[in-house]
Amino acid sequence: MHWEDAVSSEDIRVLTAQLAADPSSLVFLPLGEALRRRSQLEAAEKIAVAGLTRYPDLADAHDLLARILGDRGDLERAFDEWDIALRLDARHAGAHQGIGFLYYVAGDLPRALEHLEAAHALRPDAEGVAAAVQRVREALAGGSGTPPPSPRGSAPEELPDAPPAPAGTAVRATPDMFEGLEGAQDGLLLLDGNGLRLGGGLTSPAGEQVGDVVAAHLAGVFRDASRAARLLGLGAWTSVAAETADANLYLCAPTDESLLLLVRDSSVPIGRLALQADRASAAARRWLEATG
Amino acid sequence: MSTDIAGSLESVTRVRGVRGAMVVSAEEGLVVAESSMEGIDGGAVAALTAGVVARLARATDGAGRSAPAFVHLRADAGAILAVPAPGDLLVVAVTDPEINVGLVRLELRHAAERLA
Repeated sequence: MHWEDAVSSEDIRVLTAQLAADPSSLVFLPLGEALRRRSQLEAAEKIAVAGLTRYPDLADAHDLLARILGDRGDLERAFDEWDIALRLDARHAGAHQGIGFLYYVAGDLPRALEHLEAAHALRPDAEGVAAAVQRVREALAGGSGTPPPSPRGSAPEELPDAPPAPAGTAVRATPDMFEGLEGAQDGLLLLDGNGLRLGGGLTSPAGEQVGDVVAAHLAGVFRDASRAARLLGLGAWTSVAAETADANLYLCAPTDESLLLLVRDSSVPIGRLALQADRASAAARRWLEATG
Repeated sequence: MSTDIAGSLESVTRVRGVRGAMVVSAEEGLVVAESSMEGIDGGAVAALTAGVVARLARATDGAGRSAPAFVHLRADAGAILAVPAPGDLLVVAVTDPEINVGLVRLELRHAAERLA
């Protein structure tokens, strides 16, 4: 019997009745989780969101919504919710576990291990977490790289699913999107609003392909920059520039639903990056229009 | 607000086009100290700037690069500039759209150094 089956319809009815009788109660947490386990994700999300409107500072509520979003395939928003949960409660085992899994999916094994170990330390009796820690350690040591335990059909303590990308969101290979531009294959990255790489590439100083990992993080920057500019009455954001000790970065939005990143050596001034971004944005818009 | 921090922030707000400056806790996104922030929601600036900087830090880390030492968010009607400071702090300026970015950055860095 799958563990999803352990939640009966009667359980759902009882929890629903309890919530109806007292909408301010915390029963939305077990109800949302029960619905999630039964794969009634739309209903589960509504329950979680309604609960969060009453308890926006409750880490468990953000953890619940993150699990539901993870099951729905919205990993970026799931990451955000677990991130919020950890800001509210740095010792939230479920949030550490969830973010650890997402880092694993993104290929960031050191960070995955860091969070999974934190989850394990906080909840040492959870077998699924211990197994995940072990597998990530093995992967880091050059082992098989077997993914952490699949959640479906396993204990609820285990990690959430890594659902396939939603239809239509697959990365489109476009080796010549930025043809003729400086850094066309390394240092220029175009992504959509969900953090999926559309084109270009980025290599770390160690020679690793990091475009997809960076793209996933930048989707959040896209939303935060828009939110910040709007809420502070600054109008629409136009660019974000960042200087680090070893690189300069420049972000802009060629269209309302895309984001462009340029990364150059720290010796290249930001002003020059802005000019290069203009040209790359024009190329990106042409490509987006051509590909529909 | 201590005199040292106040003086540091006033050096930033003296730059033409700077509407206000503040010190923010990077982790929590809370206001530690602020100067000349009339008409600006300091709490919102703190939370939103800390969020953007934290996400950028994750992105640069993912790219194998070091953490941002200066962040400049430009918008149609203004800008936010931030520099990290010791003690997990950020020194932040909210400015008009057209400013001397180099000068503001310099004053932000001086302010950050004074927080050491």
